[in-house]
Amino acid sequence: MERPLTQNIRPGEEPLDLKEYERAGGYQAVRRALRNMTPQMITQAVKDSNLRGRGGAGFPAGLKWSFVPMGDDAPHPKYMIANTDEMEPGTFKDRLLVEGDPHQLIEGVIISSYAIQANVAYIFVRWAYKLAAKRLNQAISEAYENHYLGKNILGSGYSLELYLHVSAGRYMCGEETGMLNALEGRRAIPRAKPPHPTTIGLWGKPTVVNNVETLCSVPHIVNKGVEWFKSLSHTQEGGTKIYGVSGKVKRPGAWELPMGTTIRELLEEHAGGMRDGVQFRGVLPGGASTDFLVEEHLDVPMDFDSVQKAGSRMGTGTMIVLDDQTCPVGMVQNLEYFFARESCGWCTPCRDGLPWTAQMLQAIEEGQGQSRDLERLAAHTKLLGPGHTFCALAPGAMEPLQSALKYFRQDFERHIHEKRCPWR
Amino acid sequence: MLSEEERREIQAEIPHYEQKRACCIEAMKIVQQHRGWVSDESIQDIAEVLEMTPDELDGVATFYNLIFRRPVGKHVILVCDSVSCWIVGYDHIRDHLTTRLGIHFGETSADGRFTLLPIACLGTCDHAPALMVDEDLYRDLDPEKVDEILAKYQ
Repeated sequence: MERPLTQNIRPGEEPLDLKEYERAGGYQAVRRALRNMTPQMITQAVKDSNLRGRGGAGFPAGLKWSFVPMGDDAPHPKYMIANTDEMEPGTFKDRLLVEGDPHQLIEGVIISSYAIQANVAYIFVRWAYKLAAKRLNQAISEAYENHYLGKNILGSGYSLELYLHVSAGRYMCGEETGMLNALEGRRAIPRAKPPHPTTIGLWGKPTVVNNVETLCSVPHIVNKGVEWFKSLSHTQEGGTKIYGVSGKVKRPGAWELPMGTTIRELLEEHAGGMRDGVQFRGVLPGGASTDFLVEEHLDVPMDFDSVQKAGSRMGTGTMIVLDDQTCPVGMVQNLEYFFARESCGWCTPCRDGLPWTAQMLQAIEEGQGQSRDLERLAAHTKLLGPGHTFCALAPGAMEPLQSALKYFRQDFERHIHEKRCPWR
Repeated sequence: MLSEEERREIQAEIPHYEQKRACCIEAMKIVQQHRGWVSDESIQDIAEVLEMTPDELDGVATFYNLIFRRPVGKHVILVCDSVSCWIVGYDHIRDHLTTRLGIHFGETSADGRFTLLPIACLGTCDHAPALMVDEDLYRDLDPEKVDEILAKYQ
């Protein structure tokens, strides 16, 4: 099985430096792209490869790029941003890529920037990823020294400045318009869409924000072609995917596997099954802001369309497992507490609704819930749902709650009737 | 007043952005690196360098949880309280820390050594529970390991 994204990653060791990366075939895609391909050819290849955004929303990457104004009349400069603000609870895949092979991300950024003719790019790294930032800094200077960055890259006439921005915290920075505000030195609140950042983005100029894993896939598409990329997948969506599993399983971890690997294979083969003495009850398939799936969904292939059909979202593809010795009410309370704290406060349903939700869950967990609380919580999942808020934070927060009320309702009711948490 | 070094470091960051003010988060991080936190006086000084008003800058400062607008201890402990850590024993880690240090979240120990803060998912969920002390990440924690970690920071 081919694992292009992680082929150079040696866990526990230093990443490849520039020379080693070149010897492993690195930066060949930049040469090929700048010498033999027009920006339109690259965008078309990425479109044809069916590469969907790996940050969670699954938007087709090539389609996003195709919205950027091109040609001599296009606004200047345009910007490319690598979203390395991995803060979705339960998600640890981009850390692996950036710490393990920083040059791969830089190569992806260069080619993607060229495809939209951006002349400035940022890698936006969260504060906590100290090692990733250190390794990126080192790799960026090596890339400048070797003329993969800067003016007139490899004599092609194309120029790109790449800067590292290390953030100062807050989940909202990972939302693409929040990230633009953070880069402009403002509070990371979301912006109204449309206009989308592809036309009015950073400092009002066309801007593409892509996830790390998405960008890391691009050099491989350029090198080996669309058909090869599609053939890596078990399903229609191209490529491999970094999947992860955390919770009470025998071997928590992250693995690069064909897109469309089933939940069962991930849990049983790669994560080694549940720890001895605990039983599987459910799973958040792709981070904190995705709906629970349960036993009946174990054979669902993990790709964007299949997980959506099963009633959830693949999200980041890093799953969190709920077991029978963990209280589902307590788990949802933990999730809602996170979302309430990370709400930026810009719109009322999110700012006020999330703390109410978290408090109601806390009351239930502490044995002070009333039977009406379940209706109130259900009402909140609608009031804070899609269409009522400025960005996707609160609707995302409602996904684990609405599905917990559906699949674990008896556990909520037990808390209320017994006036205590049965797990304590 | 900003030191020469702080000024120099801030000036070096300004060209990375289209506008001066965009550098303000970077500038506050620089000052915090040198002084441990960002005082009212520093807010005024940074605002002046970046041609912002102090209230504008403070509005940015107070949004970001890793810009400290109050003094912190010599070392800052950031304990991940998100879901994967919660499932595998965050409660024990938190309780052990609060008992050992005699403080709650948001407080600094009486000897000024540690400030204890919660933090969102540290992105190392396959090695939960996790925490950071200053810039160092610690994983697969249990109470004994926490004691060893605390002993390293004097």
